[in-house]
Amino acid sequence: MVTATREADTARQPLDQPLLSLRGLSKSFPGVQALNSVDLDLRRGEVIALLGANGAGKSTLIKLLGGAYPPDSGSIRIDGATVQLDSPAASSRAGLAIIYQELNLVPQLNAWENVFLGQEKSWGPTQKGREREVTSQLLQQLGQTFSIDRPCRELALAQQQVVEIAKSLARKARILILDEPTAMLTPREVERLLSLVRQLKQQGIGIIYVTHRLEEVEQLADSVVVLRDGRRVAAAPAGSWSRAELIEQMVGRPVTVEYPRVEKQIGAVRLEVDQIARPPRIQATSLNIRRGEILGLTGLVGSGRTELARLLFGADRATSGSIKLDGKSLRIRSPREAIDAGICLLTEDRKHQGLVLGASVLDNFSLPNLRHLSTAGIVQRRTEREHFRTLTDRLRIRLPGISNPVSQLSGGNQQKVVLAKWLERNAEVLIFDEPTRGIDVGAKHELYLLLGDLARQGKSILMISSDLPEVLGLADRILVMRNGRLAGELPDPRASTQEQIMQLAVA
Amino acid sequence: MSNSIASRLPLAAWLRDYGMLLVLLLLIGLFSWLTLKPQAPVGGEAGRMVANSILQQHGATARVLVVGRDTAEDREFTTAAATVLQAAGTTIYGQVNGSVSDARFALEQVVSTGLQLDAIAANDVTAKWNIYDRFPEVGSAKCVTPQTYLWPDFLKLSNLLGVANQTSIYALIAIGMTMVIITGGIDLSVGSLLALASVLTALVIRDWGGGAGASSAFVALGIAVALLVCGGFGAFHGLLITVGQVPPFVVTLGTMLTARGLARWLSAGRSIPELPATFLWLGGGKTLGIPHPILLMAGLYLAAHWLMSRTVFGRYVYALGGNPEAARLSGVPNQLVLTIVYTICGLLAGLGGVILASQLGAGDPKFGNMYELEVIAAAVVGGTSLRGGQGKIFGTLIGAFIIAVIGNGMNLLGLDPDLQLVVLGGVLTLAVLFDALARRQAN
Repeated sequence: MVTATREADTARQPLDQPLLSLRGLSKSFPGVQALNSVDLDLRRGEVIALLGANGAGKSTLIKLLGGAYPPDSGSIRIDGATVQLDSPAASSRAGLAIIYQELNLVPQLNAWENVFLGQEKSWGPTQKGREREVTSQLLQQLGQTFSIDRPCRELALAQQQVVEIAKSLARKARILILDEPTAMLTPREVERLLSLVRQLKQQGIGIIYVTHRLEEVEQLADSVVVLRDGRRVAAAPAGSWSRAELIEQMVGRPVTVEYPRVEKQIGAVRLEVDQIARPPRIQATSLNIRRGEILGLTGLVGSGRTELARLLFGADRATSGSIKLDGKSLRIRSPREAIDAGICLLTEDRKHQGLVLGASVLDNFSLPNLRHLSTAGIVQRRTEREHFRTLTDRLRIRLPGISNPVSQLSGGNQQKVVLAKWLERNAEVLIFDEPTRGIDVGAKHELYLLLGDLARQGKSILMISSDLPEVLGLADRILVMRNGRLAGELPDPRASTQEQIMQLAVA
Repeated sequence: MSNSIASRLPLAAWLRDYGMLLVLLLLIGLFSWLTLKPQAPVGGEAGRMVANSILQQHGATARVLVVGRDTAEDREFTTAAATVLQAAGTTIYGQVNGSVSDARFALEQVVSTGLQLDAIAANDVTAKWNIYDRFPEVGSAKCVTPQTYLWPDFLKLSNLLGVANQTSIYALIAIGMTMVIITGGIDLSVGSLLALASVLTALVIRDWGGGAGASSAFVALGIAVALLVCGGFGAFHGLLITVGQVPPFVVTLGTMLTARGLARWLSAGRSIPELPATFLWLGGGKTLGIPHPILLMAGLYLAAHWLMSRTVFGRYVYALGGNPEAARLSGVPNQLVLTIVYTICGLLAGLGGVILASQLGAGDPKFGNMYELEVIAAAVVGGTSLRGGQGKIFGTLIGAFIIAVIGNGMNLLGLDPDLQLVVLGGVLTLAVLFDALARRQAN
């Protein structure tokens, strides 16, 4: 298989024409250039492995192809004809099918009902016979033998995936995009999926295979495309790069960002977490954080970082294990108890978990702090405002008005409101989950300074981040997670590299 | 954030919360205009007016007969007229407070004794009695009535107090409903709980306290039992919703049936009217001229507004309605707060039942039919969003009055009562539509 180059495209025979051809595809969101002029060519029967670290633009690319939103610029051509994918239906009509990690099946319906959902011939009586027959043919073709009459929720995840694939075949899909299809599968199931993908390839279907698992790339892909920071940084036939080289492409050359280092004392262990677990997402995990220490926690999306943080904060209950703070055992059954114990969590998902978007800036700030901003259950509004003003000054939050809904603020300022609401608590252990996601460079720098400042005051900080340079630059120690476990520790980040982290994370 | 948006927002926010106040004022204006009619003064004021115009027309030497019905209002009228006339030194041949025949008898006496009559002090009702023309010496032309003036039927104090009195029970239950809806829930049981409360109170008073002769202690006991049971149902709702994870709609639908059934079974389906005067005074009496239910409603609204806007509890209610997960992760005890909210809603429904029983003089299992829907309508028309997190207590009061004013206005205009339902339905639908549109614009 040959890599496509732009010059060769136009001269090719129709048969050699790329099935899918992307040119200069760009998409930006407020504050982020998610995709920057990306080119890609996919041929019949070709499997392209799409690689990239978290936030590289893979999801954006998939969503553009799925018709979730339009690109800002650039073109999408199928069989040489430009297509407008302005809705999921348009994408499906164009012959594209996307199998997301979160499957799109109606759990109560069985296989053939799901396969034909929305494709029925009429709104009248169902054509059970025909639909069952077509579905079982498709599944047979895919080498599957499970019952097509059972509700999909009773099927194993791998079988549900097959139903999704059958569904796209029934829609005459010619381009299949698989988004980390093996993330949740057992090794046996992974084997079967890979052979299924090979079979689809034989049928001439073009496949974009998104994954973090490099061994699958080696087994499956004809070519590899690497995205980084929204750009296509590499495209080559599979096998032309070693794993190490692929990782280097994914993380890129070290970016020159200033990470402020503050002089501080790292003291005794404050938070001791012993064998905490919540299967299947988190297997028994132990860690500790010292006074004044910034502990970096990283790993791929889905490796269990956020889930671990939620256990420490009581947002989910651990099934086993114990937590001690300053040598004292804690019973944490709810966020309220964690907050009372002096632990706070700045969630990764600001909009859904960090803020009450419809409520005012001030109400959001006060929410976890109302008990000490009130007397006998009555909110002391003057105290409340004064405390908030102190923090807006300290964090330099720019506000149109403290009574305005927090939804009107920019991402960076929303993040600062979240910070303010937790700093007011003066908590001893602060867990930051992706604190710099979606905020601009200036705000990031301020946040780095703040983290250093907190550490110098003797707070213990757990910083979860996918931004490897950031973790390396800020943390005093780094833990890497993989599949719900700690995969390893880097005791000296300043002497470590992104490649070392990725090797632990991907392995 | 640009200045224009910032400066526009307070008004926008105010309109969002209280824009329905404008609608209420418009409705009041509309019905005032439509029910504008000549009004005759009544009572003492009317008496003084009539006396003065007689003195103007005929001087202090006038010979007068004063005619009024046998009602409290008309006795005030005749007394006031007679007092003024006597003070001026006129001759009063008689002062009638009675029926048409009483008036005719008085006239016959005056005429038969050959006395001359200059004027008859009558009011708008007695002047229309067709007796005066039967005596040629008298004639209806001699009737002097108080000067009429233009004033809307709608804006008469008695009408306004009546509207407020009828609305007060819906409105006070709507406080609890508003809190429930702000949490993103719903409570369908309030109408049935109201009926159950009225029956329980009346039963305790009749069967334990001895009915109409019951002492105040048994009245208090009856009320306590009703409130306890209804509050208990509310707490039960809260527990099922939080611990049991059952949707509020289903939980309260169950109670809607259960409580209604209990009320019917306990009362054997009959009204229970054996109630003492102390109890009837609670909902039927007045203090400072204002019916008690109105005073109660006003007090509860002030308290609820304070609770929701000034206390930690109120903040928690809004927060968990706006984003339950963010609230929980901020340390809000969601389950406890929800349980308290449903308990308050149950308690207020019970209180509504007690007041209604007292107002209407009976406990009755048929009370409160469809109240839940009217109360939800009041909250929604008042700007509370069924999606949770948004709503204002006083908005609900405005909503309740919008519904009441529409009903009352159409009554005064003599419109078919069935048509009122059609209009109310339309108002509710429009309110929900506006809510949806406002949301879409905000996003």
